[in-house]
Amino acid sequence: MKKLFLIMLVMFYAIFVLAKEAPLLAEDPLVEQRLVMISEEMRCLVCQNESLAGSRSELAQDLRRELRELIKQGKSDAEIKEFMVSRYGDFVLYRPPVKATTWLLWIGPFILLIFGIYMLIKYLRNRNRHIEYKSLSQEEMLGLHKLLRESLDD
Amino acid sequence: MKVKSLIPFIGFLVLVIFLGIGLNRNPREVPSPLVNKKAPLFNVAQLADASLNFSPKDMQGKVWIFNVWASWCGTCREEHAFLLELRHSQLAPIIGLDYKDKRHDSLEYLKANGDPYTFSVYDENGKVGIDYGVYGVPETYVIDKVGVIRFKQIGPITEEVLKTKINPLIIELNRS
Repeated sequence: MKKLFLIMLVMFYAIFVLAKEAPLLAEDPLVEQRLVMISEEMRCLVCQNESLAGSRSELAQDLRRELRELIKQGKSDAEIKEFMVSRYGDFVLYRPPVKATTWLLWIGPFILLIFGIYMLIKYLRNRNRHIEYKSLSQEEMLGLHKLLRESLDD
Repeated sequence: MKVKSLIPFIGFLVLVIFLGIGLNRNPREVPSPLVNKKAPLFNVAQLADASLNFSPKDMQGKVWIFNVWASWCGTCREEHAFLLELRHSQLAPIIGLDYKDKRHDSLEYLKANGDPYTFSVYDENGKVGIDYGVYGVPETYVIDKVGVIRFKQIGPITEEVLKTKINPLIIELNRS
């Protein structure tokens, strides 16, 4: 009985020996950290709804490999961004840069907001002008009193 | 007063036009920043003969086509006939970039489907592809005599693209 228990115990531990250890992401966790920070701000071109950090597409893996290389070479964030933009265009950036072709994108909503406020003010002023303040006529007054008295009696 | 009541309608029309344009665009087609820029340089081994290297510099003074393909790529088969047609017309040499492929598979593919390329170069780990901003095979570049990319086709070449864009462009570039 004791022997059987021992065999089972050995088999139980053997499972742990067989299980593979998760491969290390990279030797340098700092590089990995920067890679994630940078690639989270970038779009994967194959699966456009995923970031470069999160995508499992092969291109994204290759690009992460390239970026990792650039980080190790000590390139700045701006240089790495330039590496990507020169190849894939501003489209890879989740935050498009402010420049001649994108200023409408950045300022447009504010222009619309100002226009909206202007229209609202204009409308309210116009409306005020058209409102006439009338007092109640004798009949309406009597009706009102009657209604009030009825509701009080209830 | 009548003009004023039209304003919401005009606003609506503008919105419809914008949405209409938006719907008819292909979000997969990202305009390449490489068009009208120098073709990135590289130096890699050829597919059929690994002892020979190729660099875009070797094509100086020629108009040429750079076509990214792979044996695992389904849509490459779609455009294959048009590449063969282009080869046949002898308008410009076609250099292939065999992208992230296995040598054996690629050579089998060319044997089975015909080889439209003057030769192909072998981009095993996709590094050249990254320099050319490749994100979906097949992609095709038309490069002029001084090594500037003049046109990029993302996705397979169609008969229309070949007839209306690539062929006329090659003829025009060859003249200059």
